[in-house]
Amino acid sequence: MDIKTILLLIPLLPLAGSIIAGLLRNQVGRAGAHWVTILGVAASCGLSFYVFKLIALDGMAAINTSIYTWALTDGIRFEIGFLIDSLTVVMMVVVTFVSLMVHIYTIGYMRDDPGYQRFFSYIALFTFSMLMLVMSNNFLQLFFGWEAVGLVSYLLIGFWFKKESAIFANLKAFLVNRVGDFGFLLGIAAIVATFGTLDYAETFARAPEAVGQTISIFPGTEWALLTFICICLFIGAMGKSAQAPLHVWLPDSMEGPTPISALIHAATMVTAGIFMVARMSPLFELSEVALSFVLVIGAITALFMGLIGLVQNDIKRVVAYSTLSQLGYMTVALGASAYSAAIFHLMTHAFFKALLFLGAGSVIIAMHHRQDMREMGGLRKYMPITFITAWLGSLALMGVPLFSGFYSKDLIIEAVHLAQRPGAGFAYWCVLIGVVVTALYSLRLLFLTFHGKERMEESVRSHLHESPLVVTVPLILLAVPSVLIGYFTVEPMLFGGFFQDAIQVNPNNDVLAEIGHHFHGPMAMALHAFVTPVFWLVVLGSAAAVLIWYWKPQLAVWFSQTLSPVQRVLDKKYWFDEAYQFLFARGSLGLGKSLWRFGDAGLIDGALVNGSAGIIGRLAGFFRHLQSGYLFHYAFVMIIGLIVIIAAFVIFHQGI
Amino acid sequence: MSVHLLSLLIWLPILGSLPVLAAGEQRPGIARILALLVTLAALACSVPLYTGFDGGTADMQFVERMPWIEAFSIFYHLGVDGFSMPLILLTNFFGVIVVIAGWRSITKRVHQYMASFLILQGLMVGVFAALDGMLFYIFFEAMLIPMFLVIGVWGGERRVYATIKFFLYTFLGSVFMLVGLIWLYLQSGSFAILDWHVLPLSLTAQTWLFLAFFTAFAVKVPMWPVHTWLPDAHVEAPTGGSVILAAIMLKIGGYGFLRFSLPITPDGSSHLDWLIIAFSLIAVVYIGFVALAQSDMKKLIAYSSIAHMGFATLGFFVIFAIMRAAGSDADQQIAQGAALGISGGMIQMISHGFISGALFLCVGVLYDRVHSREISAYGGVANKMPWFAAFVVLFFMANSGLPGTSGFVGEFMVILSAFHANFWYAALAGLTLILGAAYSLYLVKRVIFGDVANQEVAELQDINIREGMILSVLAIAVLLFGIWPAPLIELMQPTVEQLLNHVMQTKVP
Repeated sequence: MDIKTILLLIPLLPLAGSIIAGLLRNQVGRAGAHWVTILGVAASCGLSFYVFKLIALDGMAAINTSIYTWALTDGIRFEIGFLIDSLTVVMMVVVTFVSLMVHIYTIGYMRDDPGYQRFFSYIALFTFSMLMLVMSNNFLQLFFGWEAVGLVSYLLIGFWFKKESAIFANLKAFLVNRVGDFGFLLGIAAIVATFGTLDYAETFARAPEAVGQTISIFPGTEWALLTFICICLFIGAMGKSAQAPLHVWLPDSMEGPTPISALIHAATMVTAGIFMVARMSPLFELSEVALSFVLVIGAITALFMGLIGLVQNDIKRVVAYSTLSQLGYMTVALGASAYSAAIFHLMTHAFFKALLFLGAGSVIIAMHHRQDMREMGGLRKYMPITFITAWLGSLALMGVPLFSGFYSKDLIIEAVHLAQRPGAGFAYWCVLIGVVVTALYSLRLLFLTFHGKERMEESVRSHLHESPLVVTVPLILLAVPSVLIGYFTVEPMLFGGFFQDAIQVNPNNDVLAEIGHHFHGPMAMALHAFVTPVFWLVVLGSAAAVLIWYWKPQLAVWFSQTLSPVQRVLDKKYWFDEAYQFLFARGSLGLGKSLWRFGDAGLIDGALVNGSAGIIGRLAGFFRHLQSGYLFHYAFVMIIGLIVIIAAFVIFHQGI
Repeated sequence: MSVHLLSLLIWLPILGSLPVLAAGEQRPGIARILALLVTLAALACSVPLYTGFDGGTADMQFVERMPWIEAFSIFYHLGVDGFSMPLILLTNFFGVIVVIAGWRSITKRVHQYMASFLILQGLMVGVFAALDGMLFYIFFEAMLIPMFLVIGVWGGERRVYATIKFFLYTFLGSVFMLVGLIWLYLQSGSFAILDWHVLPLSLTAQTWLFLAFFTAFAVKVPMWPVHTWLPDAHVEAPTGGSVILAAIMLKIGGYGFLRFSLPITPDGSSHLDWLIIAFSLIAVVYIGFVALAQSDMKKLIAYSSIAHMGFATLGFFVIFAIMRAAGSDADQQIAQGAALGISGGMIQMISHGFISGALFLCVGVLYDRVHSREISAYGGVANKMPWFAAFVVLFFMANSGLPGTSGFVGEFMVILSAFHANFWYAALAGLTLILGAAYSLYLVKRVIFGDVANQEVAELQDINIREGMILSVLAIAVLLFGIWPAPLIELMQPTVEQLLNHVMQTKVP
């Protein structure tokens, strides 16, 4: 098979699986649906690893190939095609591997669901869309994949469409994403108008020409064109990667089934924005302002969303806010020009966060779909595999040395520390405090769920048991990379020039290269950690968590009472939801109603259309009297008319 | 035969209505089958129109020309180019769809219903094929009559109000066009539209002509603020009437702009393009909000149609703003942006034909079962009609411009084009991304999702094979043009370029 066929098969196999499982759901049955999609995704995963080997290990040159011409208008060629380089292959491997794990896990998680086939069809379709997104070599296909994953996310959040909260959440998710896409589309439009192409390679090659060009949005103001383009594109990323203030949809997306939360709303789809910015590094590097903007937004998200995670009681929501916070870390890395570090954290996070979500799902199965941690506790003895893997995932998340998350997060913090651009100081403090917060909410989750008193009802407790193999095997398979992948890949990926062909960094901004000078292998880095503030912040957070939620649970109560105003702010999630609901949801409905009543029904129809009809009606009513049929009426009118004509003639023709 | 192919496509359905009428009221089954055969034959005859069409030239093809009223040099003059050919195919495609769609739901005077649609179909093909101004006008006006009957006889409760409003609105508009056509004849001594394309005209004359055509076509599109007949007409029309109205008749307004306003009065258009751009953007934003507030499904889709047609008119007329923004030395930039706009507007019209047609059919499916168009009468339909729900979600997603569906292509191209002119045009048009999704998916949430809302929903049966077939065909069309619009765009490329040549040169002597 030639390489192009292989590349085509990678997204098309999951698509085929999806179509078969979806359209022929009654013919293939439940087992058929999971087999066909799992085989498709497994084959796709295997081929992705093969392509990864070709590009990453065998040193094959990046592949930039066109599949077909989508459209052709005067001067612009819209292509569908693939760009396969180091960045793409990392994403392909992560996406297909996590997707495969989630497919297998779903067999257990959705076992009794009547929508079984539909679910497999959706997640396979998601895999296809996400692959098209990351493999694209142009902005059009990127946008295709971008919206397609949004569609599948919409369908999956609302998978249980009888639940009012689920169909509210999916509408909200789609619309908030559309706000981001609005910016994204304008960015794409600006690129077309400037460069006359949507092809990455051509755009990047010509980008330096645009330095110094400006665009006037408001009369009298001139913005650097590239800053405008980058910020527009980043607004798209803010929607998809749930950065404040477009983050509001992600916590609500937890209404969807848990495998989805792991796959879409933690490991892959939400990282599309991060991937996109990294992919656009040749553009972003040309705009300091845009990078500062990215940095600050990321920092705000990293810290303030993490804080909300501290007060959540729903196990999935804790993990969701943790995801928001970690996405913030990735964004901060992008803003610091440490794109490779962002992708590195994206990868490690994909493994350990998918693991945590699937672990939470395993707990939820055991608890008969109860998600409130206040009703849990002491689960470790009932579900040892879930317990151990959840601990491993959390240690990775907290950034304990040697775990994968340690390498990725430590490097981000270090990179921000070295970054020079405006906002870097603020961002540094945010990510440092974020480390404490991460330790706090991670351990709180573990203690409330797996340790301490068993607080669940007896009926639940008596049925507690470890989840079946289809659930625990994916947990174990994800735990392995969660622990190890950082140690083994940090050196080649970040300091070995791995992303050389895909990510461009201006030498003046290259903080990672600076870190590289002091890097002496992963073990040395782990040992060095003991003298860095980051490590001691982890220790501090952990110690506090152990104290509050393990040794002295009454301390937690005391804290929430003394700090009740803070607690309230966090409980209300800074009132974003209420504000948006009032301003946008109700506001636009109200606006629509009043435009309709006063504009359409009142002014146009009422005054103009029916009004003029009314006037004509009255005029007709008047003239009707003239046509009475009485001869003397007509004679009278004739005489009057004659007089008027003669009078007019006399008056106007006096001069004759 | 190929020489008279266009005549065949016009007269086959019109004459085909005679045997359908002859079937009489007592034999509705025969009337249905005859009507189906006629529309299928018309569709089959459209195939050589597509295969025989030369996509490499902007010249008129399949031309037929013979004297008709020689005293006024009026000719029976037909022909198609890259703009009219796809619209004729669309018309004949929907001809079949409406016959099948009305198969069960129409029980009263079936023969007359079917005959009206056949006549309407022939007349609409005539509008697209006519190259003589007077011939165009006659088809344009005659078309109103069967539509008037369809709404007036088979419509809902307020059908009389709706038909009169529909008729007066469109008639008022076309009167001005008639004056314009006659004036053009007096100037040029010819009724040939193509002669008018090269007729030099002063700016004043062009401005008045532009306004005359604008009145006719703006009502037809319809553009804000002369749009209020559309929601009423849609609400009262039977499903088939709504489908034809949305899928084909609205396109005639857009087509008129391309055939008359832009090439005949380029300077007038350039002079008054702000009017069209403003109305188009108002349509996208204002109407988007109004659609959000609707409680009647058909009204919502009607308003959505107005918003979507705003993209077509924006795409057609944004060229002048691009020319002003780019300056005189940037021909490449202008051509690029303008071609995107005009092709995008055309694609938007065709795509909107499929999508709005499909949406009205979906409402029809529900109406046939529950006899209500109110959103609040439904809820949780997906529980009982899973296949139907899948179609509805697909079509509403297409309506909100999801990439991979045809709804994306036109909007995308027009937004790209608008950006060449001005950031704000693109930004305001781009709001459809949010508004379109909001009103589309808010409806889906209330009608399709949720728990079963009431007894009537609980008793719903999923779509039958007949309904499934129609919706499948439309779904395939929507997806196909979304995934691969290239053939359609290439087909009209020479015509677009020729129009650009006309438009970019002044005609003021």
